[in-house]
Amino acid sequence: MNSGALFLAVFLACVVEAVEATTIVLAAGTSRDWRSAISGVLAGLIVLAAIIAALGPALSTIPLQPLRLVVGGLLLVFGLQWLRKAILRASGYKALHDEEKIFATELAAAQAAERRTSAWVGDWYAFTLSFKGVLLEGLEVAFIALTFGSNQHDVGLAAVAAVAAVVVVVAAGVAVRAPLARVPENSMKFVVGVMLASFGTFWGAEGAGAHWPGSDAALLGLVPSIAVFGLLLAALLRRRHGRVTAPAAYATAEVA
Amino acid sequence: MLAKLRGFGAFWYDFVIGDDWRVAVGVIAALAVTYAIARSTPSVWWILPVAVVLLLPMSLWRATRRS
Repeated sequence: MNSGALFLAVFLACVVEAVEATTIVLAAGTSRDWRSAISGVLAGLIVLAAIIAALGPALSTIPLQPLRLVVGGLLLVFGLQWLRKAILRASGYKALHDEEKIFATELAAAQAAERRTSAWVGDWYAFTLSFKGVLLEGLEVAFIALTFGSNQHDVGLAAVAAVAAVVVVVAAGVAVRAPLARVPENSMKFVVGVMLASFGTFWGAEGAGAHWPGSDAALLGLVPSIAVFGLLLAALLRRRHGRVTAPAAYATAEVA
Repeated sequence: MLAKLRGFGAFWYDFVIGDDWRVAVGVIAALAVTYAIARSTPSVWWILPVAVVLLLPMSLWRATRRS
């Protein structure tokens, strides 16, 4: 259960963020300069790798109980944020993430920007846009992968899940050569939110000194309970939103 | 310089705290209560799930009330 949940949470979180980063890089490459955009991606990945290399060993030296207290608390805050956003989108209170619209906006901004060059980079705008996209979207995933991995004593599996997700998304992006608009981002965000909130609750309580009935088996009850609770809240809010606005607008909300 | 520092702070606030600071405060309070009670009785696992059941609907209610 724990290894599977670790893989699933990191993989899905990484897919969601990789889709968003791919949209930004595609806009930078298509409208400006592919070489500079790819240089930005590589620079972003190098900085991310440096952060992971620095934080990974540091995390493994912290005793397990304080690590679980701090990491559990952070994961629970993260998880509730992801769940909150996914529920608001599913119920129609917040617009669904639209990669085509984001791509068009980024494209227009990139086309309007001035061109600045240097000896190292052909187009600074394309480089910076890609660099920021990869670094900012990747930071959250790096945090999730590191904290899940170190708590489960399996950073390797977390890294495999993260790399697998990036490979899948990049391969799909290269094949389609367009923003990946059909990826059910909201549903994946909901699942990741459930995982983060469940593991955050479990580790946070353990780190604070509480003992779960059934030890690790408590997660088997915790994960589905939080998922059902989230779905119920989404259904309640969708019904309430339907009474206030036209019901057809969000009839296709992703989380059923 | 000040604008850059402010931007740096805003990024980390958004990254860690997110859209609703009350959720973060609620989680810290629930962890503190669990820690305090667990010194005498370790069967306080239920405090964090109760916090989730309270914090998530309250945060959603505040977000939907605005729209």
